[in-house]
Order: sequence, then C-alpha cells, then structure tokens
Amino acid sequence: MRKTTNQKAWFMVMPMLLLVAFSAIIPLMTVVNYSVQDTFGNNEFFWVGLEWFEEILASERVHDALIRQIIFTSIILAIEVPLGIFVALNMPKKNGLWASLCLVLIALPLLIPWNVVGTIWQIFGRIDIGLLGYLLDQIGFDYNYTQDATAAWFTIIIMDVWHWTSLVVLLCYAGLKSIPDAYYQAAKIDQASRWSMFRYIELPKMKGVLLIAILLRFMDSFMIYTEPFVVTGGGPGNATTFLSIDLVKMAIGQFDLGPAAAFSIIYFLVILLISWVFYTVMVHSDKEESV
Amino acid sequence: MKINRSAFVMALYILFLMLPIYWLINMSLKTNQEILAGLSLWPKKITFDNYLVIFTDASWYGGYINSITYVLMNTVISISVALPAAYAFSRYKFMGDKHLFFWLLTNRMAPPAVFALPFFQLYSSVGLFDTHIAVALAHTLFNVPLAVWILEGFMRGVPKEIDETAYIDGYGFFTFFRKIFMPLIASGIGVAAFFCFMFSWVELLLSRTLTSVNAKSIAATMTRTVSASGLDWGVLAAAGVLTIIPGALVIYFIRNHIARGFALGRV
Repeated sequence: MRKTTNQKAWFMVMPMLLLVAFSAIIPLMTVVNYSVQDTFGNNEFFWVGLEWFEEILASERVHDALIRQIIFTSIILAIEVPLGIFVALNMPKKNGLWASLCLVLIALPLLIPWNVVGTIWQIFGRIDIGLLGYLLDQIGFDYNYTQDATAAWFTIIIMDVWHWTSLVVLLCYAGLKSIPDAYYQAAKIDQASRWSMFRYIELPKMKGVLLIAILLRFMDSFMIYTEPFVVTGGGPGNATTFLSIDLVKMAIGQFDLGPAAAFSIIYFLVILLISWVFYTVMVHSDKEESV
Repeated sequence: MKINRSAFVMALYILFLMLPIYWLINMSLKTNQEILAGLSLWPKKITFDNYLVIFTDASWYGGYINSITYVLMNTVISISVALPAAYAFSRYKFMGDKHLFFWLLTNRMAPPAVFALPFFQLYSSVGLFDTHIAVALAHTLFNVPLAVWILEGFMRGVPKEIDETAYIDGYGFFTFFRKIFMPLIASGIGVAAFFCFMFSWVELLLSRTLTSVNAKSIAATMTRTVSASGLDWGVLAAAGVLTIIPGALVIYFIRNHIARGFALGRV
C-alpha cells in the first residue's frame, strides 16, 4: 500500500509509546544503573564502572549456562523445524470437520499455561505415577529425571517438542494453504517428483512463515524459564540451569544486583543481535516477494 | 493410499500431544491413595473431590479470579493503545517509523527474567506491588508489541480508499474509526485480543514476582502449593486441568486465524 507522509501519526502512536516506555524503558534504565554500581546496603551506591561486566564475561557459571542454552536451543530447532514441516505437509488439505479438529487439537498445547506444561511433564515423567517414566523404566532404562542429568535433558527436550512443535506446524500450514491448486496441477503435468514439488513449490512458499517460526522458536527457547524450572528446578546439580533460570537465581535468589544487571544486559544484547539478523533477512525476503 | 498415510501421521502426532493431557485428566479424577497405589490407565472409581477442593478453597479459586482479572485488564489496555498505533503504522509514513517498529519487536524479544527484578522495584516504589494492575501493566511489555503487529497486519488488508471515501462523505476521524473501520477489522481485533489473553494467561515468572497475597495468580498458587504442602497430586492435576479449559474454549472460535496471530499478523 502507498503510504502518505504524515508526522501527526506520532500522536496516534503516543499512548502506546508512553505505556511501553513505562513498562520497558524505566526498568531497563534501572538495570543499566545497577550494572555499573555496587552497594553496601542502606541504599548507598557507588560507581564501579565495567567491573561487573568483566566479572560476568569471565564467570565460569555464566559460560556453562550459555553453553547449555546454546545446545538446548540447537537441539530444539533441529527437532521442531523438520518435524513441524513434516506434520504440516500431512495436514488435511480440504476444509472440514477433520481439518478443524486437527487444528484445535494441535493448537491446544500452545494455550496451556507454561507452569502447567511443566506440571504435566513432571507427573508424566515420574517412574511411579507417570506413564512415560513408568514405561521407560519397565523397558529397562534407568530413568529418573530428578537424579540423572541425561534423563532430565531428555524430559525437557521432549516437553519442549510437545509444547512448541505445533507452532511450527500451524505457521507452515498457513503458508501451504496459500499455494494455489494450479501449481500442483502444473507439477503433476510436468511429472515432478514429490521431493521436487517440496523443494521448488512448497519450500519457497513456506520460506516467509518458516523464518518467523524459527525466529520465534529461537527467541522463546533462548528465554525459557518456567517449564524447566517447574520440572527440574535447574537440576540435578546445574545440569538444566539455562540462562533465564541462572539469572533469576542470581537476581532474586542471591540478590546480587550488580552482576545480575550486567548479566541481563549481555543476555538481552545477545538475543537482540541474533533477532536483528533474522528480522533483516525477513524484511528483505518480504521485499523480494512483493516485487 | 496417500490420504491414509497422512491421516496416520496426523493421528500419531495428535496422540503424542493428547497423551500427557489425558494423563493429567486421568490423575485429577483419582484419589491420592489411588494415584500413589500404582499405575492405572483410567480411574477405577471416578471422584470429583479434587475439583471440589478447588471450588471451595478461597486460596485456590481466588487464584483463578485474580488471574482472570489481570488478564482481562491487560487485554483491554493492550488493545486500546495498540489500535491507534497500528492504524498509524499501517497508513502513514512518519519520522522514525521503521526504527520504532523494530524497537517494539525488541520488547517481544526481551527475556522476562531480565525484567523481573526491575519490575518488582518499580511497582513497589509506586505502591502497586501485589495489585492486579501491576501484573496487567507488566504484561503489556510483550502484549502491546504483539497486538500492534497483529492489528497492523489486518489493517493493511483494508484498502485506503475506504478511509478517503469516508472523509469525503464528511465523517470525522473518530466516527469513521468507530463506525466503519473497527467493524472491518473486527476479526483482527478478536485475534489480537485472544493472543493478549493467552500470553498473559500462560505467563508465570512476572505474575509470580509481582504478587504475594491479594493478586496471586493461579500459576503462582500452583507452584507454591507444590513446595508447601507436600505434593497433593490429585488437586494439582485438577488445578492444571482447569487452567487448560479457557484456552480450549476460545481456540475453537479463532482456529482459522491462529497461525496469523502467531506469525505476528504476517501470514
């Protein structure tokens, strides 16, 4: 759409801007403030410069959490994206009762409060009262997610796959629905194989939504807190302590304001940087499409 | 043959999704003795005692009321500030519009963990700690950007000629917006409201940090009961089932728009 230039539009944006400024900029400024100061209590603060940042950047604990976070996010993306595409390709093509039912049931996990997702898997994975834990134990795996790091990882990964693959499915499905029938007919006439239909028709059409799906999954898995917190509490030991869990421990558990603030800023900047790359690619491919 | 294979894949996937939920429902209908006595695929004797506990104990059902209160507040606030902003983004070019839009997105990317402590201090210092409005305002952090994105996507689909014709016909901006424009994007408003509702409903960390007694959310109630009273599995499962219901109800109405909402209005 051709847009007209009108600076008065700022007035329409203003209420939104004030509200978001109140709930985003003021807290962020507090964080910045803490990150360069130290306190001995009594609300007396003094300037320490970049000391906290240096401490965080050199900290073993943060490095470990970051490495765990990167491994977790990579595994999640590597499972959820292909699985999501695969399921979306098998979604019923015609509208009808079956298609509606599929949509509703698939979307269901996305609408469950995150702590309930945690609770569900906490119960489901227990060897005494949970189906999954019981079965795995019967088969002969030594499965105990509160004691064993591998089991804890397995539980959290399968939980996240359960929780969020549907998002990828829904987005890809929306992309697939926008492909006109004529494309498939043309492919049939050309006797295109199933693979080349996917590669040259479906994948390019899904590219836009797929980028959004990857961006969202990246962002959200990088800030995951509630689900592992409920299931394992970051344990056993620190085996499933991801960045957010570590940060909350530091800020609210130990009340180390300075390091926690510095940690927050670095954390936010990392997410921002990677998301910015995604966003630029997204906007760029949007432009290409509309030309 | 091919249709059968697709149906098979779908059935398998849905089974995978439904099994844990079924297990939760199954447990919520058992007594604690039966739960701990051993594994059974369905309750031998269905009991609604666990649900009764929730509906009669104020600390439980109060949690639901608190959650619904701040979720509704948040939805109303988010949509009402997002509507004019989305209109501005979809219709006009203005200084810094692209930067502003990206900045908005960054708020959706901000880890709640980063904001938990500053929010706590901010709302304590203005005397709003443990009120519904504090949680509602805190959740605008990620809901306002989301609402703006979704609404902007829907508004872009309305041709600009409609605006221009309305102005020529002598409508003022506000009458036009209320009488003509809002009905045109009604489904967009519905979808945006649904997503605000949902993301505020599922969030735990901020709502737990910002409340203690009076406005304690159901999510916080659940996590705290786990640690306090030595795991009453049946009641916990029942509480979980009850939190799924609101989402399950509304999802049916927006099933055809849900992908668009998740895609921030860009499908």
